[in-house]
Amino acid sequence: MTDYQTWERRTPRQRIGRYILMLIVLVAAAVSWQLLQINYSYLGTAPTEFMDLINRMYPPNVGYTGEIISPMIETIHIAILGTALAVLMSIPVALIGAENTTPNRFTFVLGKFIISASRSVNVIIWALVFVIIFGSGALAGTLAIAVRSIGFCSKLIAEAIEEIDPGQVEAIQATGANSIEAAIYGIVPQVKPALIGVSTYRWDINVRASTIIGFVGAGGIGVELNTSINFFAWQQVLTILLAILIIVVFSEVVSAYLRRKVR
Amino acid sequence: MATEQPEQRTWRRPTAFYNHYVKWAVYVVITVFLLWSAWNMRISPARIMDGWNAAVGLVEGMVPPEYTTQFKNELLIEGLVESLAMSVIATIVGVIISIPVAFMAAENIAPKPVYWTGRGIITVSRSFHELIIAIIAVKAVGIGALAGVIALSYKTVGFFAKLLAEEIEDIDSGQMEATEATGANRVQTMLFGVIPQVMPRIIGLTIYRWDINIRHSTIVGIVGAGGIGATLLNSFDQYDYDFFLTIIIAIIAIVMVGELISTYIRGRIQ
Amino acid sequence: MLSVTDLQKTYPSGDEALKGVSLDVTGSETVAMIGPSGAGKSTFIRCVNRLTEPTGGSVELDGLEITGLSGKELRNARRDMGMIFQEYNLIERLTVMENVLSGRLGYVSTWDAFRRKFAGDDIERAYEVLDRVGLGGHENNRADELSGGQRQRVGIARAILQRPKILLVDEPTSSLDPESSRAVMDLLTEIAAEDDIPVLINIHEVDLAEEYAGRIVGLRDGQKVFEGGPDDLDETARGQIYRGEEIPEGAGPTGKVAEAGTPGESSQEEGQIRRG
Ligand SMILES: Nc1ncnc2c1ncn2[C@@H]1O[C@H](COP(=O)(O)OP(=O)(O)OP(=O)(O)O)[C@@H](O)[C@H]1O
Ligand SMILES: [Mg+2]
Repeated sequence: MTDYQTWERRTPRQRIGRYILMLIVLVAAAVSWQLLQINYSYLGTAPTEFMDLINRMYPPNVGYTGEIISPMIETIHIAILGTALAVLMSIPVALIGAENTTPNRFTFVLGKFIISASRSVNVIIWALVFVIIFGSGALAGTLAIAVRSIGFCSKLIAEAIEEIDPGQVEAIQATGANSIEAAIYGIVPQVKPALIGVSTYRWDINVRASTIIGFVGAGGIGVELNTSINFFAWQQVLTILLAILIIVVFSEVVSAYLRRKVR
Repeated sequence: MATEQPEQRTWRRPTAFYNHYVKWAVYVVITVFLLWSAWNMRISPARIMDGWNAAVGLVEGMVPPEYTTQFKNELLIEGLVESLAMSVIATIVGVIISIPVAFMAAENIAPKPVYWTGRGIITVSRSFHELIIAIIAVKAVGIGALAGVIALSYKTVGFFAKLLAEEIEDIDSGQMEATEATGANRVQTMLFGVIPQVMPRIIGLTIYRWDINIRHSTIVGIVGAGGIGATLLNSFDQYDYDFFLTIIIAIIAIVMVGELISTYIRGRIQ
Repeated sequence: MLSVTDLQKTYPSGDEALKGVSLDVTGSETVAMIGPSGAGKSTFIRCVNRLTEPTGGSVELDGLEITGLSGKELRNARRDMGMIFQEYNLIERLTVMENVLSGRLGYVSTWDAFRRKFAGDDIERAYEVLDRVGLGGHENNRADELSGGQRQRVGIARAILQRPKILLVDEPTSSLDPESSRAVMDLLTEIAAEDDIPVLINIHEVDLAEEYAGRIVGLRDGQKVFEGGPDDLDETARGQIYRGEEIPEGAGPTGKVAEAGTPGESSQEEGQIRRG
């Protein structure tokens, strides 16, 4: 090939970068594959196992529906209360975690620390911790969900606060309003869409999370699901899964509707 | 003016709801619901006190984290390595399955029945938490990393295919038509008209999903699907809170490193 | 009356925005402040109600020294100064009525402010003011649904609902088309006359300043380089304000030697003449 008239999509450097990236991926894949030491005979039988499982699940146990109504309601309670608590606690955390509203350097760092501490621990681990503290039940689950959500909500709300137009706050201050009034009129309306968007979005996530914290005893439908699976009551399992599906889809529709409604 | 209008005009803030009664009704319903939820939690002063004592005990039990025993160190490393390996394999498998699903679920490419099938797969995959999938996979293929890989791959499909489908729906249809106009068949059109356009997004999303899969791979072990989670649950069950804390710190560290790497690479390829 | 003496402002960045500017605004006169970009016009106005903290000098409103005030006293002083902004600074997501009523926030309790509960008189007056600025019937529109000219008129309505003793106006027309600019300037001078309050306007358009203002102040590099009636603003004066041309030794407030006299006296006199 001659130097001219060749068609190159990328510069040589970019190409080398790409090759290196691909190589890393291949090596990582190979090493991982080796490390897992999966018994591949299981993989071969997996499809039949799954079909078998599905056969045993079908048809769902309709008579069982009555028994899961109350844990399902508890699940929703956990999701809503957990989200509400989280949003409530997020507001002060967001205020100190936003550059333009934090009182000083120390509070800013504290805000950032709370945010990242809450975010880096999975909800199920939080649930374990709260089960130790408060014993099993919905309280532990609610707190786990609340604590895990604080970081997420505060982070997004803080970003919204950092983006507000300071002119609107100044205009209110210029009328002789006090700083709380300036916040009510100048800041709240500007961050309200973000606040509602974040809470409905997180609620949506939390509905899913609240279905599993029962695995470690933190209340909700997960407790029921865990028991049914352990007793190989597969038809009950399918009933529960369908109920979860309905709730999750429902919550997704509601939260999408709410987000659309607030402009 | 004022004498002509003896009645003072009043003003009420227009409400986003139908009218003010509806607004108050909605507020009351929300409050009652929250109170009901709170009541269901059975919170009592005694419980809070017990909780406080338990929390103090837990913290005392946890601090300092344990890092001395050779045996536990090996357990820890083994678990973390297994989690990482699971996340890599699950991401690759998940992405490979996701790409056709994404094409199925892209409205501008797929015929209606295929489109709805694709959307259905995505919805079902997204609906269930990874731990639910993991627990079922454990029953199907037995305890171990395979179940975890299955669960994580399954969740990857819902996430990846959804975002990729949205990307495909946004592509420039001109390039696709140009490829089609050369007489290419459907698959060739996809390969030359669509894939190149969405390739950067595929890479970006893959790395992003890998980051998420690392997080998930550290917990699916709680239901027996491999990785560090099993060790975590064991330490918890045996009241070995020192080690419990060590594991949590290790998990946080590995999750943060994963996030840093992922953010760095995504920043570079853009 | 507003009386500013030797006002100085040095920003933390080291920018000397004001290097000792004195100015009196009295009666129901309209004073236009002109000058090139960065001359310190906005800084001056913002130092008067202390949205920006001056670093030296004094600001007196009806004999009350503003610069030393803090907390409640400062807020009470701010209630007496209506401010109008270039970018309107309306609360975009609230209704026109809420924006106008926010001019009364200095007078209501925080709890009432939260509930949007304002005195009946205030609401009645808000309606009247909205009619006056030509926005009757728009009270339930959201501010972000309005055009630029309409928004600026909401801003003016908010300021006059304060029943201020002075209007501070920072480039009210820079974001508007010529037509709306004139409407806004008409409105401002009308209010000054009807409510018998002085208006201090920062403005870029010299022709508008000449047309509407009773007195013009020229600022350059944080210093007052011109003060006089619209007729005094000739080519020499413009050169001194906008191009930094030399001001002769012993020159008067309009930058010319013939009209000698100290700036303080002169401005006072002119104010009196206009009032008489
Ligand atoms: N917040 C600030 N921090 C630092 N310097 C500032 C700040 N605001 C203004 N300045 C500086 O002060 C000087 C005067 O600015 P000012 O905004 O008062 O000018 P202006 O006459 O209103 O200009 P324009 O006509 O462009 O609005 C400028 O040099 C500007 O860079
Ligand atoms: Mg300015």
